[in-house]
Amino acid sequence: MGPFERRGTRPASAKEEAGLSSNTTTTTLPPDDISHRLWRLARDALRLLVMLATTFLGLLAITFFIGRVVPIDPVLAIVGERATQEQYEAARHALGLDRPLIVQFLIYVKDAATGNFGTSLLTAKPVLDDIGRVFPATLELATIATVLGVLLGVPAGVIAATRPGTLVDQIIRIVGLMGYSMPVFWLGLMGLLIFYGELGWVGGPGRLDTFQEMMFESEVPRHTGMILIDSALAGAWDIFRNALSHIVLPAGVLAYYSMAYISRMTRSFMMNELSQEYVTTARVKGLPEWRVVWVHALGNTLVPLVTVIALSYANLLEGSVLTETVFAWPGLGLYITNALMSADMAAVMGGTIIVGAAFILLNMASDILYRLIDPRARAAA
Amino acid sequence: MFQERLRGLAAALTLGLGLGLGVAPAMAGTPDNVLVIADKIDDIVSLDPAESFEFSGNDMLNNIYDTLVELDPNNLGPLVPGLAESWSVADDGRTYTFVMRKGVKFHSGNPVTAEDAAWSLQRAVKLNKTPSFILTQFGFTPENVDERIRAEGDKVIITTDKKYAPSFFYYCLTAVVASIVDKKEALAHEQDGDMGYNWLKTHSAGSGAYRLALYKPSDSYILEANKTYWRGAPAMEKVFVRHVAEPATQRLLLEKGDVDIARKLTPVDIEGVKGNPDIKVNDEVRGRIMYIALNQKVPPLDNPKVIEAIKYLIDYDGMAGSFLKGAYVVHQAFLPKGFLGAIDDRPYKLDIEKAKALLEEAGVGPFKVRIFVRNDQQRLEMAQSLQNTFAKAGITVELRVGTGKEILGQYRARKHEIYLGAWGPDYPDPHTNASTFAWNPDNSDEAKLTGILAWRNAWPAKETTPLVEAAVVERDTDKRRAMYEKIQRIHQKVSPFAEMFQAIEQVAMRRNVEGFVAGGSIHSAFYWTVKKN
Repeated sequence: MGPFERRGTRPASAKEEAGLSSNTTTTTLPPDDISHRLWRLARDALRLLVMLATTFLGLLAITFFIGRVVPIDPVLAIVGERATQEQYEAARHALGLDRPLIVQFLIYVKDAATGNFGTSLLTAKPVLDDIGRVFPATLELATIATVLGVLLGVPAGVIAATRPGTLVDQIIRIVGLMGYSMPVFWLGLMGLLIFYGELGWVGGPGRLDTFQEMMFESEVPRHTGMILIDSALAGAWDIFRNALSHIVLPAGVLAYYSMAYISRMTRSFMMNELSQEYVTTARVKGLPEWRVVWVHALGNTLVPLVTVIALSYANLLEGSVLTETVFAWPGLGLYITNALMSADMAAVMGGTIIVGAAFILLNMASDILYRLIDPRARAAA
Repeated sequence: MFQERLRGLAAALTLGLGLGLGVAPAMAGTPDNVLVIADKIDDIVSLDPAESFEFSGNDMLNNIYDTLVELDPNNLGPLVPGLAESWSVADDGRTYTFVMRKGVKFHSGNPVTAEDAAWSLQRAVKLNKTPSFILTQFGFTPENVDERIRAEGDKVIITTDKKYAPSFFYYCLTAVVASIVDKKEALAHEQDGDMGYNWLKTHSAGSGAYRLALYKPSDSYILEANKTYWRGAPAMEKVFVRHVAEPATQRLLLEKGDVDIARKLTPVDIEGVKGNPDIKVNDEVRGRIMYIALNQKVPPLDNPKVIEAIKYLIDYDGMAGSFLKGAYVVHQAFLPKGFLGAIDDRPYKLDIEKAKALLEEAGVGPFKVRIFVRNDQQRLEMAQSLQNTFAKAGITVELRVGTGKEILGQYRARKHEIYLGAWGPDYPDPHTNASTFAWNPDNSDEAKLTGILAWRNAWPAKETTPLVEAAVVERDTDKRRAMYEKIQRIHQKVSPFAEMFQAIEQVAMRRNVEGFVAGGSIHSAFYWTVKKN
């Protein structure tokens, strides 16, 4: 079974349970000694590599060709509107944009394979450096938002599922619906206005205040690019607290959307579980209600729930342009959007690769989690 | 037990949020010795003065580099000494001599010499990037520039290809492209004979009031004061410019005192902060002119009576009084207020009946036309206003909206019908706009003079081209002024351009900020004059 597919709770047929296959001939399992294990491992690794390579190649090819076909002129972005035709042509040639599309693409792939992801037209810096600067900002935000979304959304969904149709359930559903319907732009500005502007409870836009930003640049060594982690590692607690006060609001806004989605899905999965016979059996056997709900029922929803959470996290990792705009948060969303508007394809491709890599890694992590959570998945492996 | 674990989790969460929430009040406000500015700086493409041609980049470079001659921020207009302490032009009208100021050092510690000055100018010509036309229009080419621009001892000798109005030449030397770069420092970082180009895209090597300490594209930049600046160290030790894309966010930051200056507030935001006792708003007329242009390749836009009719179909006062209030004033000539030769004539106003009569005289019935405009709120509103007023005379307008680069590409290729956009001057001399609005040496498609607006609109400019060429060499300033006034009046009558508005920059700042100059209509921003009380 591939990732992101729901493993159902279909009862196994009696015959399968007894270990008999439907054929009359029994197939012999392959020998389980070291050399065959290694062979299988190598074969799986190769399959994984081929899958990764094809996925990335496909992703890059599509992005590349769309970028070249779009009627935005990347050369104009650099030379500006005063350039003479001659300067324009010179710049176009210097960027290699006068070569055939296929050649440009192959050159890009070859460079990428050796770690050279090109130079951004807009920032004049290597795309790798740029991504190293913007992705940690998005990673920090997305991680905290997802954690908050899970911590709030899962319990909310469970509570709503155990009291269907009551006021509590209605409230949770309405709050969730509001989450889908409110524009993030508006919510962010309102949050800033109320919690920063009027009440002064949280830090303002940007990742740090001026003073802390200058201290961070000059005194904190860069390990991950994530301010919370780097400042904690360096023991710069002033900066850590300031960064926390700045991330609370944007993460909260994004968490609201995460929470809305996660709580609805949790509620849906839970209601499905709670209608199963084993739940009645457990209750009849005398288990405390909280155990039935939070351990057994919730436990059985974990596999699809992990899928939902992984999807929600991956979504945030793409960067949320509107949130980043409102909160002046220099993340991946703004980076890719600005690059797209100027057809800065090296930057767009770099951004696409990192997002693709994030999706694939999350896929693989989900797979591993399934095996840990679900004993049947372990046995099937 | 699970319940307890859940409670423990909730406690940890509350603690974390509390930590985050509890610290903000203590840290608000900007440090006393740092000037914090909220701006939009995502237009910066390069920090090399030979290449930088964007507003935000020029704002930064104006404070990092010096030029031979400069403008005084407190009195924008007359020339004052920069890195040249005196200058003169020989009787032949072509040979200029600049005597270098003594004892000035670059940020690196290297002394500023005539050799650095000559090399910087030669370099700008040889690299031939977009702003190089400001210098090459004087006849310098990569082949001849080494002898035309020379260093001799402490003097820089420059020979132009013909006689020009000296003020024209000097004003061009105040532009960012004529910045004096530290030759030793730039060459120390040279790659493949690029004269330091690749390094200077993201680094600085100047002699100005500030040095570049940190640059994060589309994020922020930090400037540090040059303590041995030849004009005296600037009052603000650091300048921190933050990229804040959303004007409402800039406004919040300013109101909370987390930035000292907010440069991109909309008229609505300005109205909102006007009552705030901690904030003041400075209005400065800027050089940008908002105009529409009619592509002469598209009938019936090439009919003179149709052109005139369209100029009567624009609701100048209506727009300036409503959604453009505070951001633009009505201005109907191509030289912005503040330039030598600028006029205030307003021959046109909204007059539907007159427009209808003119269209009838032209024998043109109702027709359809497309206005090409970039996807920017203000411009879209202007385009919609035009759509409304044009319709009253039988002209149906369809809006062709796109991103800036997309629409610009079509404009440069002469593929538009009506273009709505803005033009900002490149240097403080009237020739900058005259040479693009009213001058067209070759109207053919092959000439591809994509930098000239008259060419983009396929307008041969027969009436004004010779006048522009005469005005740029006129040495008597009063005569020159009169010539530009005459050119604009002719232009207003016969050209396919309808200039509509001149931009105003409303800079909102905390009350204790003094001395910030955005640059008026002719220059870029000055940070080194700022102090906070």
